Amino acid sequence: MTTMRGKAWKFGNNISTDHIAPGRLFHLRSNLPELAKHVLEDARPEFASSMAPGDFVVGGGNFGLGSSREHAPTIIRIAGVSAVLAKSFARIFFRNCINVGLPAIICDTDKIDEEDELEVDLSQGKVINHTKKIELSFPPLPPVMTRILQEGGLANYIQQYGDFKL
Amino acid sequence: MGKTLAEKIIGEHVSREVVAGEIVVTPVDVCLVQDGTGPLAINQLRKINMEQAANPKRTVLFIDHASPSPRKELSNDHITLRQFARKSGCYVSEVGDGVCHQVINEYYVRPGDIVIGADSHTCTSGALGALGTGMGSTDVAMGIALGKTWLRVPESYCFMVHGRFQPGVYAKDLILHIIGMVGADGATYKSMEFCGETVENMGMSERFTLSNMAVEAGAKCGIIFSDEKTKAFLIEHGRGDSYREVRADENATYERTIEIDASQILPTISFPHTVDNVRTVEHKDCQDVKIDQVLIGTCTNGRLEDLRIVAQILKGKRRHPDTRLIVVPASRRIYQKALEEGILATLNEAGASIQSPGCGPCVGIHQGVLGDGEACLSTQNRNFKGRMGNPNAFIYLASPATAAATALKGKLADPREVI
Repeated sequence: MTTMRGKAWKFGNNISTDHIAPGRLFHLRSNLPELAKHVLEDARPEFASSMAPGDFVVGGGNFGLGSSREHAPTIIRIAGVSAVLAKSFARIFFRNCINVGLPAIICDTDKIDEEDELEVDLSQGKVINHTKKIELSFPPLPPVMTRILQEGGLANYIQQYGDFKL
Repeated sequence: MGKTLAEKIIGEHVSREVVAGEIVVTPVDVCLVQDGTGPLAINQLRKINMEQAANPKRTVLFIDHASPSPRKELSNDHITLRQFARKSGCYVSEVGDGVCHQVINEYYVRPGDIVIGADSHTCTSGALGALGTGMGSTDVAMGIALGKTWLRVPESYCFMVHGRFQPGVYAKDLILHIIGMVGADGATYKSMEFCGETVENMGMSERFTLSNMAVEAGAKCGIIFSDEKTKAFLIEHGRGDSYREVRADENATYERTIEIDASQILPTISFPHTVDNVRTVEHKDCQDVKIDQVLIGTCTNGRLEDLRIVAQILKGKRRHPDTRLIVVPASRRIYQKALEEGILATLNEAGASIQSPGCGPCVGIHQGVLGDGEACLSTQNRNFKGRMGNPNAFIYLASPATAAATALKGKLADPREVI
């Protein structure tokens, strides 16, 4: 699972958790598969119904700002998105992505356009843009986050180790 | 080497000196979840067979976001919280008790504590000299079960504020000004520390407003030293023995120090759809902006001092006939005091709809969802597209005084004309 391939769906700067999982759908939070049918609806209404499993969400700066709702990265993952790429992430969203087993990758997303064919290699820390024939690198996660992601999220990690291991 | 407030508080918890950039595992003192994030937290604990609370007397499950419940799905989520509380021994803050960030600080948080909450505005506890930070459901679930979490010790920005506010200008205008200056991601991962004589002179209500909005600049926390005012707040809430002084060292190392002259700040309004999209009330964009709904309340500005300012402006007057006015006291205690002081009578006579303490319409679930094309001026902390339940509506953010002036005029208004 360290290599993923799919198409890019571009989003702008400051995509908030309200764009991803809005408060008006609060009643679906305990029905995540249903909520996932609305993922990113208020940013791009066609996204949930048109994306293919394996595709990438590609944002600008400060992706995921706002609420602590972990439902936001969870429904991105449930929808089948393989990773979120952005120039920068809001703090809580970034941590939540790793905790739910969704790779969050910081790279220069100006070099990625809508529908570009991407390949991401997590272990090598690189994004290959096959459409543009370029390679982008990204920094490694701190070891604790790498391990949480490898276990598929924080709940699995704690079940495995029983504690936080730095 | 001198320590910032964040380094001091984390260092005390791990019993050694820490510096910004380190990753540590630390005990946590207080954990909170709310009805939007708690059910997922509990489900995660169930999944791994860890339905327990390490410190149940300082773990609180809040029913404040959809409260009272407007739908059966949410009522069922509330049942999940109550069942976990019975099983684990932790507390439920019930319908009508108030917003988590108000109640947790009235009754649970002490200076020097580390508070983690599955709600981004957990940073509000910074006003008591605590390190409060928002996290997701699973992080807080593990914090509840194990009594600890992992943290990166943040670098700190010092906001040194001098001078006196002009009449009609409040802490809300200051924090909107700061967020406009640094940007919605200007302090991402950082600890914001607020200090200087303006902050020393502020009451606790205004300090909570500052710390509450630290996350709107991307910060991990927004901390203020504790002092005699903190002590008086704790005594007033029956917790005087929880007080201790927490201050940064004089020679603390800050990544940035930003000096602000409070006397130069004007009433400030955030325009749709980001908090950093600010204008002063004198800007031409503030002319003739019709407002359909005014909301006064929330964890940012639903405190007694806020309601007093609003009542003073609205006394003997009525809201504009085309502008609905919704008032939500932040906690039961505040509601009670506002009743006793006659504030709620004044607001009722002014045409307000006064609602049960809680988050009210801020989160877009109920009690004041906006219609297509409608505009709301709110004292809340966030104005993202769709925040108040409708992506085709517009949200402006301002102080309670600006909100009250706007309710009278029916358009964005300058509070200095009515105070």
